[in-house]
Amino acid sequence: MSESGTPSGTEYIIHHLTPLQVGEGFWSFHLDTLIVSAALGALFLWLFIKVARSATSGVPGNLQNFAEIIVEFVDTQVKDTFHGRNPVIAPLALTIFVWVFLWNFMDLLPVDLVPQIAGAVGVHHFKVVPSTDVNATFALSLSVMFLVYFYSLKVKGLKGFAKEVLFHPFGKWFLPANLLLRIVEDLAKPISLALRLFGNLYAGELIFILIALLPWWLQFTLGWPWAVFHLLIITLQAFIFMVLTIVYLSMAHEDH
Amino acid sequence: MNFNATLIGQMITFGLLVIFTMKYVWPPIIQAMQDRQKRIAEGLASAERGVREQELAASKASETLKDAKRQAAEIIAHAQKRANEIIEQSKNDARAEGERQLVAAQAEIEQEMNRAREQLRNQVIDLAVAGAGRVLKREIDETAHAAMLDDLIAQL
Repeated sequence: MSESGTPSGTEYIIHHLTPLQVGEGFWSFHLDTLIVSAALGALFLWLFIKVARSATSGVPGNLQNFAEIIVEFVDTQVKDTFHGRNPVIAPLALTIFVWVFLWNFMDLLPVDLVPQIAGAVGVHHFKVVPSTDVNATFALSLSVMFLVYFYSLKVKGLKGFAKEVLFHPFGKWFLPANLLLRIVEDLAKPISLALRLFGNLYAGELIFILIALLPWWLQFTLGWPWAVFHLLIITLQAFIFMVLTIVYLSMAHEDH
Repeated sequence: MNFNATLIGQMITFGLLVIFTMKYVWPPIIQAMQDRQKRIAEGLASAERGVREQELAASKASETLKDAKRQAAEIIAHAQKRANEIIEQSKNDARAEGERQLVAAQAEIEQEMNRAREQLRNQVIDLAVAGAGRVLKREIDETAHAAMLDDLIAQL
């Protein structure tokens, strides 16, 4: 299974869950996450910009059809939830949906494929699914929260935002409770957003790794159903992340 | 769960992706879709309009046809009436002409008859005179007995 003789199950699992890290402490980078997600982002942009360049209002080609299905799907979600006018939200949602989906899709590659290739060129650890890296998921959720605060302040102004934080939901006589509740809520939002995605994909990847420990003639009996089930999960998780982003941002636009 | 600067890197990548999507991906695709929507709507509307126009034209055509038929029937009726009139008139004319000719012929016949009678009378007179002359020869003076002869002629 691995190049270094016959590792034990634990070693195999740990090997697969170790990122390709450079640097020490906080100022270190998971190169695998950065490279894979950047490559997937580039793939997304390349594909969609190609469509956007040749977009025609006449009869669309196959690729344009495909892109339009996704765009329309995202646009519908945004329009259903968000009633204001903001040119950022829809493209943001599209980016999140496609990008996260592509991250998650990496989970369906055979667990040993990329690490083996990386091992062959002398790289000993390579985690190919960016969503199994908390840094990736938190980067997304914190960016979303940043936008939430940005638009909260922009739409409501500092005064309006302060009023909402201090006097909502129980009125001004419960100011400490309101504040506490708001803090909890605003902490829970990015953490739950990031950890939901991370947890689902980490668990999924772990199960693929466990299945890979089975004898080769037995792997498909569990691997195939789990992969099929996972097709649902990866789409669903990308969708949930997108929808919650839209919901949070539309909440930021609501004036009480 | 080890947080490190990957987080920042990922945020930068994400920001760039969103900016690119916002600038180069979303607007053209949405624009194309909306344009197509508009074109389809326009196409449907014009199709509907065409159908309505066609219906209108059909009803107009049938109206015209009905009108033409009515006019044709009128013309035919008129012509028939006129023909009957002409026939009637020519009949009358012919009858009148015939009568006129008959009257003329009768008058002529009468005239001829009168003339013939006159001629005959004159000839009878001449004959009678000649006969009488031959019988009487000298004994009778033509001039002396002219008054008596004239009386005789009037009695014929």
